[in-house]
Amino acid sequence: MDAATVQRRTFGVLRWVSIVVFVLITVGPFYYMVMLSFVPVSELLQNPGQLWIPFSDLQFDAYRAVLRPVSDGGQGFLSFMANSAMVAVATVVVTLAVSVLGAYAVARMKFRGREKVSSTLLAVYLFPAVVLAGPLYIAFSYLGLTSSLVGVTIVYVALTVPVSVHMLRGHFESIPVSVEEAAVIDGCSRWKMLRHVTLPLSTPAIMSTGLYIFMIAWNEFLFALLFLTANRDKWTVSLALSQLTNGIEVPKTILMAGSVILTVPIVVLYGIAERTLTEGLTSGADKG
Amino acid sequence: MSVISPPEQSHSASAVPTQPKPTAASRRESRDGWILISPTFLIVAVIIILPVLWNVVLAFQSVSLLQVRTNGIFGNFTLDNFTSVFTDPDFWASLGTTTVYSIAATVGSIVVGLIAALVLRKPFPGRGLVRACMLLPYVAPVVAATFVVKVMLDPQSGIINYWGTTILGWNQPINFLGTKPFALLTVIAFEIWRYFPFAFLFLTARLLAVPGDIEEAADVDGATPWQSFRFVLLPQLLPVIGVIAVLRMIMTFNKFDDVYLLTGGAAGTEVSAVRVIDTLNTDFDIGGAAAQALALSAVLALFLLVYLRISRRKGMDV
Repeated sequence: MDAATVQRRTFGVLRWVSIVVFVLITVGPFYYMVMLSFVPVSELLQNPGQLWIPFSDLQFDAYRAVLRPVSDGGQGFLSFMANSAMVAVATVVVTLAVSVLGAYAVARMKFRGREKVSSTLLAVYLFPAVVLAGPLYIAFSYLGLTSSLVGVTIVYVALTVPVSVHMLRGHFESIPVSVEEAAVIDGCSRWKMLRHVTLPLSTPAIMSTGLYIFMIAWNEFLFALLFLTANRDKWTVSLALSQLTNGIEVPKTILMAGSVILTVPIVVLYGIAERTLTEGLTSGADKG
Repeated sequence: MSVISPPEQSHSASAVPTQPKPTAASRRESRDGWILISPTFLIVAVIIILPVLWNVVLAFQSVSLLQVRTNGIFGNFTLDNFTSVFTDPDFWASLGTTTVYSIAATVGSIVVGLIAALVLRKPFPGRGLVRACMLLPYVAPVVAATFVVKVMLDPQSGIINYWGTTILGWNQPINFLGTKPFALLTVIAFEIWRYFPFAFLFLTARLLAVPGDIEEAADVDGATPWQSFRFVLLPQLLPVIGVIAVLRMIMTFNKFDDVYLLTGGAAGTEVSAVRVIDTLNTDFDIGGAAAQALALSAVLALFLLVYLRISRRKGMDV
């Protein structure tokens, strides 16, 4: 056997081993999270190595404890989910409204300073959030916007606009100019064309960008921690979960039930939009 | 969570004439362009650029939160923050930790992401599902991801220590997140786990565009699979790897939530971003936080320059 054959066989085996390992390390922790959320705490302490529970032993106590309102002795996650959903949806709507216009301008129109604007957006996107934390904290507490969902929404919009413009711009550039020219020749004004030609063509791209923004807003932790910690009524799910470990000891199963509640909406959305989302994120990478 | 695609080849840059004549139509287009971009510009300017600039001012002031309210924005300029920040050995220690953490996590996530992209390159039944699974660590909320890892690594009831002591024969459970060499290693491993999908995503997209015939030619010429990877495929991927490396470096250098949620900065894992937020949130020392953030920004600006250099040299528009 020559070297090439030996290598080919070895790599062939290694390939399958790696695939199995990759699936285990990516799916494994999430499987474990879901499993623990259905187990009684006593079970976990008795048998920490357990990886499977029979269907008949499934327990929903942890979910009840997490979701029930505080007045009922629970952790009140239902209202935190409502907070998170409101913030995330508002962020998506505002960011999309702003960035569709911005992205169209950067992609299609020639205006003075266009190149500067688009490289500023990139630099801003890469700028660390921790640098903004102090100044925004002072400014927002001065304006009375800390401890309010409006405050965090404003910050989330600012954090997501640059990447949203970037994703939509890539999409707008992929629409053939001739389509738009045809509309102009038919007598459309630029605004009419944008509304009746370009936007309908862009619905999938706008949807996947919207989902991505939703994920960022739903998952965000730093500014929720800075702005909302003092006011329990305004907690988002991410913040509430992180605060569960402060204070009285909370059983691990309840932590995991909270984690599942935080993760499920994201995984569902990702499942729906996986294809378009990964295409949107990597658009242009193949030209590298 | 943060993503950005490597810069694209500009379609428009070449189309722009070198000396545009200002006609009425182009003036109108310029005006319309600014009308469309202005909401974007306004939000970014007010919520991001202004605070970044204000941060510079704050770094030269000795202020706590209450004082800012009474003293207003300007006044009491001093260099105290810088002298106290830069003479504190903990600051330099955290900068060192941040550097080790960022480099190890960046290199690790690219290597692992490259392996994932390569082993999933050829189709097989179920590949689509496996590919989708690869992105789970990346899309999952950071708070949930850190919690499940913390539960798994728990010294008393965690599954990893259970396996370690029963199967691997460890003498005693390891406190992964609370003792010194382990905590930093664990945090780096977590970062690699969470961000290898980023590299995987871009490398997979790039691999699609590699023409199949050059590898076939190498094969016909008798190259071993390793040679064909090393001399044919890898050179094709290097530019994308470079872009991913700089982007990941920038992102990881300023990463706050992962380390904060896993260890809180304890046991030798205090990275600069965690230090900045602790100074702000626990000590309420705004000036001190600003001075450290400014130092971070300086390092970041350096990375950004490198990034712009790379993309310029490749003839791309950013």
